[in-house]
Amino acid sequence: MRDATASQRLASLGEVSTAGELAAAREDPATGRVLPVRADIADMLPLGGLSRGSTVAVHGSVALVMALLAEATARGAWAAVVGAPDWGFVAAAELGVALERLAVIPAPGEHLASVIAALIDGMDLVVVGNPEALDASRVRRVMARARQRGTVLLSHGAWPKVDLELRYLSGRWHGMGAGHGYLRRRDMVVEVRGRGAAARSRRVRVVLPTLDPVPAPIPDAAGSGGARGARA
Amino acid sequence: MAAATAAGASLFDPIATVSSGLVVACSVAARAEGVRRGMRLRDAMARCGGLVVHHEDPVRAGGLFEPVVAAVAELLAAVEVVRPGVIVAPASGPARYVGGEDQLAERLIDQLDAHTGVSAQIGVADGFFAAMVAARRGVIVPPGQSAEFLAPLDIRELHHLDAGAGEHAELLDVLWRLGLRTLGAFTTVPERDIASRFGAEGARVHRAARGEERRALSRRRPAPELTVSQTLDPPVDRVDTAGFVARRIAGRLQALLVSHGVSCLRMGIHARTANDENLVRVWRCVQPVSTVAVADQVRWQLEGWLCGGGGMPPPTAGVVELRLEPIDVVEAGRLQLDLVTATDADGRDRAGRALVHVQGLLGFDAVCTPVIDGGRGPVERARLVVWGEQRHRRRAPGAPWPGRLPPLSPVVIPSPSPQGRVVDMTGASVVVSRRCEINAAPHLVQVEGWPPMPVLAWSRPWPVDERWWATDGAVRCARLQVVVDRGPTTGCGTAECPDQLALLVACTGGRWRVEGIYG
Repeated sequence: MRDATASQRLASLGEVSTAGELAAAREDPATGRVLPVRADIADMLPLGGLSRGSTVAVHGSVALVMALLAEATARGAWAAVVGAPDWGFVAAAELGVALERLAVIPAPGEHLASVIAALIDGMDLVVVGNPEALDASRVRRVMARARQRGTVLLSHGAWPKVDLELRYLSGRWHGMGAGHGYLRRRDMVVEVRGRGAAARSRRVRVVLPTLDPVPAPIPDAAGSGGARGARA
Repeated sequence: MAAATAAGASLFDPIATVSSGLVVACSVAARAEGVRRGMRLRDAMARCGGLVVHHEDPVRAGGLFEPVVAAVAELLAAVEVVRPGVIVAPASGPARYVGGEDQLAERLIDQLDAHTGVSAQIGVADGFFAAMVAARRGVIVPPGQSAEFLAPLDIRELHHLDAGAGEHAELLDVLWRLGLRTLGAFTTVPERDIASRFGAEGARVHRAARGEERRALSRRRPAPELTVSQTLDPPVDRVDTAGFVARRIAGRLQALLVSHGVSCLRMGIHARTANDENLVRVWRCVQPVSTVAVADQVRWQLEGWLCGGGGMPPPTAGVVELRLEPIDVVEAGRLQLDLVTATDADGRDRAGRALVHVQGLLGFDAVCTPVIDGGRGPVERARLVVWGEQRHRRRAPGAPWPGRLPPLSPVVIPSPSPQGRVVDMTGASVVVSRRCEINAAPHLVQVEGWPPMPVLAWSRPWPVDERWWATDGAVRCARLQVVVDRGPTTGCGTAECPDQLALLVACTGGRWRVEGIYG
């Protein structure tokens, strides 16, 4: 009895949320603390989604970046891709990205830092295709601004002091033979390394991109099977 | 006769303009031979063997007629253009001004001759229909005598009612067969009987035949002056001062739009510096137009210009004049604003403002959004449309496109496509025949800048033969999906987890290039 009234009093304060509310808040991209991600790659991420204000670096796979955008934009979040003039957006649509909520700035030129800062103010996700063009000093400021505004920064390339790093290691394609068939599926191995809760790196098998509906990925014990991040 | 003028023919030739098989207009020479409006083209050509036929082009006619309208509008207020070639205006005011209807007609003829070189026929009468008939005859009918003027005329003159659209053709046909061959005979039948037999249409036609038509003219009102401008003293060369100025001028524009009850769909922002450098941008306005949105757009444009973004050189002096000009002004009641949910609209507004800010920094074309279009290859299927423009599709994406690549599309489309070679075991280049068959199994893919990669799997070719009828723009190639072994990478490309790369290669005339990279 006393526990129930105590938790009710805490909840009525407004700033405190119960564990159940935290889990539910994940669903709403407009106000949730975690942006949703496709089910087949959600297990790769600590918290099962993209934490608002965090920075994620993806090495070696553009499809992985697009897949991270997919569920959030489909649910109403807005995303922008800066400095990636070569990306094929038909593939983005196939992976589930809502193109009507995607803005593309192919050539930011020397104003890359100001453009990213302007986008952080209004977008929920900002993808930087050419992070090597950004000065080290501006990088810190951009990350601080993103953290303050709650915008997720996705970098296709190296980014210093990221919260989460996803690195494509190898992949195998299926569906074609010698002169017949067409690409249907790729099984890839991704190394996930984070900070805080997911500090130890681990390797995950992900099937991406694929035409077939895929069951939940098999958690791979090869390499260092680290502790999974805390999930509400 | 716009068609004739455009075609450069002489106006003394018999010329007719047709639209859907019926003659719409004819020249004087054609009329003399017996060609009439509303006649079928076959009959017209039977009557006049040397008839020159043009197709009706209302745009061309309107364009050529515009100077005539402008010349007439200098003398007459409240001019209405019925169709290119016919102008109607109230005559009582101007006639009183110049001292009589005859003088007015003379002044008009002189004016038109002087300004445009066009000769016109002018007619004055009570009522719209009577005036049209009078104009055909070049007669000035004294006020009150329109009925007597119309009475002896053929009933088929009523074809000219409603700008000769031919709406009353059936009615007039029936009247003709009933024996009512003149307008006078028609008007002797009581209106009640005509109305009971033919309905409202008949009553209208009857009133017109009597010269009592009640038709208000839709006047051309001069557009209200909605441009707002502000002189800036001292000249502005700092971004925060630009922000203050922007807010003031946006407030003035908003008040002006509201007082006229209009809204604008697009807006032009003009900025001029002390050294007469100009920056003009046309923005699409987010509806409903708000002071904050306009102020932000002005501020970002000035910020972009003062900081030297957007591909324009930065100004050498401060901005001295700022002008906001609404384009595409519509009545506020006509706008249909979408009803969106609150959260949706918030997100869209915030995102839109951020993107407009980036457009101010980099230029209008720098921010795009992808649209899936129709087509066969990955390049033409995802088109980048400038942010703020309509996301319209050029070709139907859902239509069957034979030769289109199946669903998994490449994620990277390098531009320009790297050239390379696909060779078989012997080292000879693999060729795709006309019947879309590969002549040998591909063994190695050599692309400039990359190490040679052994081929592990390949698909059958997809042929593309687009626009074969065009001398330029014809695309003829064969596409192939290949999986190559990338070999040991910095990650862990070992025997247990091989690293494979999938490519989309295309062959044109025996030369291969990499069109896309998967994954």
